[in-house]
Amino acid sequence: MPSYEPDRLRPASYAGMTQKGQNAMAVIELKNLTYTYGEGTPFRRTAVDNVSLSIEKGELIGVIGHTGSGKSTLIQTLNGLLRPTSGQVLLNGKDIWAEPKKIRQVRFQVGMVFQYPEYQLFEETVIKDIAFGPGNMGLTPEETLERAKKAAAFVGLSEDFYEKSPFELSGGEKRRVAIAGVIAMDPDVLVLDEPTAGLDPRGRDVLLAQILSYHKVRGNTVLLVSHSMEDVARIADRILVMNSSHAAMFGPTREVFARGEELERMGLRVPQITKILASLRERGWPVGTALTLEEAVRELYPLLEKGGVRA
Amino acid sequence: MSENGFISARDVVFAYEPEEGQAPRNVLEGVSMEIRRGEFVALLGHNGSGKSTMAKMFNAMLLPTGGKVFVEGMDTVDESIVFEIRRRVGLVLQNPDNQLVASVVEEDVAFGPENLGVPPEEIRRRVDEALRAVGMYDFRLNAPYKLSGGQKQRIAIAGIIAMEPDCIVLDEPTAMLDPQGRTEVLETIHRLNREKGITIVLITHYMDEAVQAGRVIVMDGGRILLTGSPREVFSQVELLKQHQLDVPQATELTHRLRGMGFPMPCTLTAEECVEALAAYLPPVK
Amino acid sequence: MIRDIALGQYIPGDSVVHRMDPRVKIVLIFLFIVFLFVAQNFVSLLLLVVSVAVTMLFSGISLRHYLRSVKAILFIVLFTSVLNLFYGGGETLLKAGFMEIKSGGVSNAIFIAVRIVSLILLSAVLTFTTSPTSLTDAIERLMKPLKVFHVKVHEIAMMMTIALRFVPTLLEETDKIMSAQKARGADMESGGLVQRAKALLPILIPLFVSSFRRAYDLAMAMECRCYHGGEGRTKLKVLRAGKRDAFAAVLVVLVCAGVIVSNIFLPGALS
Repeated sequence: MPSYEPDRLRPASYAGMTQKGQNAMAVIELKNLTYTYGEGTPFRRTAVDNVSLSIEKGELIGVIGHTGSGKSTLIQTLNGLLRPTSGQVLLNGKDIWAEPKKIRQVRFQVGMVFQYPEYQLFEETVIKDIAFGPGNMGLTPEETLERAKKAAAFVGLSEDFYEKSPFELSGGEKRRVAIAGVIAMDPDVLVLDEPTAGLDPRGRDVLLAQILSYHKVRGNTVLLVSHSMEDVARIADRILVMNSSHAAMFGPTREVFARGEELERMGLRVPQITKILASLRERGWPVGTALTLEEAVRELYPLLEKGGVRA
Repeated sequence: MSENGFISARDVVFAYEPEEGQAPRNVLEGVSMEIRRGEFVALLGHNGSGKSTMAKMFNAMLLPTGGKVFVEGMDTVDESIVFEIRRRVGLVLQNPDNQLVASVVEEDVAFGPENLGVPPEEIRRRVDEALRAVGMYDFRLNAPYKLSGGQKQRIAIAGIIAMEPDCIVLDEPTAMLDPQGRTEVLETIHRLNREKGITIVLITHYMDEAVQAGRVIVMDGGRILLTGSPREVFSQVELLKQHQLDVPQATELTHRLRGMGFPMPCTLTAEECVEALAAYLPPVK
Repeated sequence: MIRDIALGQYIPGDSVVHRMDPRVKIVLIFLFIVFLFVAQNFVSLLLLVVSVAVTMLFSGISLRHYLRSVKAILFIVLFTSVLNLFYGGGETLLKAGFMEIKSGGVSNAIFIAVRIVSLILLSAVLTFTTSPTSLTDAIERLMKPLKVFHVKVHEIAMMMTIALRFVPTLLEETDKIMSAQKARGADMESGGLVQRAKALLPILIPLFVSSFRRAYDLAMAMECRCYHGGEGRTKLKVLRAGKRDAFAAVLVVLVCAGVIVSNIFLPGALS
């Protein structure tokens, strides 16, 4: 993987290329992917610079990085909305641009949920809108409807919603309709760009739980772009950190968040709970890296017991 | 009339015009609150809790269907003073793209004072001062659509400051921003509160923003659920969780440990939490 | 991408042209454009071209920007010029089959090309050096006499200001919606006319819905900032025509007079 500076990533981070990668097929593989906006104009700007990585089937990947780090551009190359300036995107081992005329097929296999997806709703009824994607795939009307219903169930939309206009729903419900519209294409890879942005805590928790259960039931690959480190820490297997157009880190969630100082230098945070334990570790207490509250309690409990200050 | 409150809401009830065939549903069910001059109040709650409706009561964008709202003793239902109220209580909305009027930053900031009929030289002074106050003076000739979300939101705030208000109400100003934009906006409003003594009412569902406020009011189902200092409010971990509201992880950790019998104080930030834990952990060998 | 389309956009600056009163600018440029079509011979055309070049020079805006706005209409210019080549009398210069180019046609082609390019350059000078707000402001004031006929001058100007402000935002939004629908497999490239028109619905409907939402938000934001129509409104920038404007006006009038004189005393080049 030529794009990585060898000293910055431990071998364990190459999960896609190591022992597991030998037999399991990577669902997505990026080879020296570069994307430059405005090529040939004075405004040219390289948004993704020589990124190589591979993602296994069934993984849940968190993608983090501040605005302008290149993460939005990167995900848009995955389903061929943007064509790489150089390098390749391999989907199940095949270059998605091998036959440019078939790029629409790729979009059914790599589903993309954009930020604020509720703004793309347009049909008269919820079920028709969800069926738009599968309808474009050339399925029979029965199959299309079947898929739409299944997708609606995944995001917790009951039959009562089917015949409603998407425009009369609440913000959170609209968002779920839009996500169902992408799930309905039954993609092998689902990419979600900040699916919880702007939702209140309740809406956010419900949606994250639905995404997680969909991922588990369907067993497909999910990429979740998020600014919320707490959310990513809770559900991601591995994390990709984008920083100034490069893939700065790509490894198991725990390992990435153990490098809090490096992340902070990139203008990123770690979950508050992770930070608390890291500070204690720095001051000499033998505590590990915690991603969730439960883990933190588990780490602290034996120490506090020893302290003997229990009331 | 209100003696102690700059803004004073008394048993405010509100229902939107019901659609045909539907019974009116109250969004606010008798809310009373006082906002004192110079305060920094965070108004917390889910979507539909009534917090945004409440915000629009403060500058007479909405009028109560029951109860009263006073701004500096002025009744908001009095139509003849509505601009007087809106000048004093500015409202910043959620979407930074949809509240800028002009194609040049300084001309947008001038919009409010222009409506108030302020003389041109005075508008110029106010625009420059407002843009400096939000740290956007260098961008005064830019086009708003080329700015980041956080910058646009600061322009929107400058547009309100140029009306020289006593109070700024911000309705989820950070909901659509990235972390950097959120930090910019928060730092700006804290500075305005500290240095210019402008009263701030910040409506949000981010707990970390509420923690920095002077006082927190939690709304749920059109009623006030809790009110008090951040520490008083966030110490009610169980109650907040019951209503599916967030609590900072630091607060939850010390709360959880307290439940296990360790005498932990209520902490609000990572730093506080680390200090509290350090005091109870056995000394490092 | 859509948002790359160069709109007539303001480029902040401090040149003489920037500092002119926008009302005077509009009137003078209008006069200029009228005289482009009054000019009937090469001398007067040259006089106008030189004047346009001088105006551009004084605008302090780099040639690159002007070239870009001309580039956008290059095709139209070439097309109409070539078309004009075949019209007009005079002596035959070239003959190939039924196609015949006469000297009058060449003059016609040159005139039409110069007129269109100058027209574009002049409007570029206006939009590059005048902020949209001062532009609408100037139009509002120039139209003020129409108030007598109950024309809602202030409202029209405000609508123009807002439209200008939201054009880039909506273009960006169109881009986003297109990407989102493409990601759902929307096919916008193939099919017949009816099918293509139908394929636009998934883009147009969300765009409409979002425009209404934005309009609602904006109306509220404007009310929050005490907007109540044009009554009693003041302006950040007071329009004041000064010596600079008077000087420019005199120059333009002289050029126009030159065109008239040359039209009278020299033979016309157009047929």
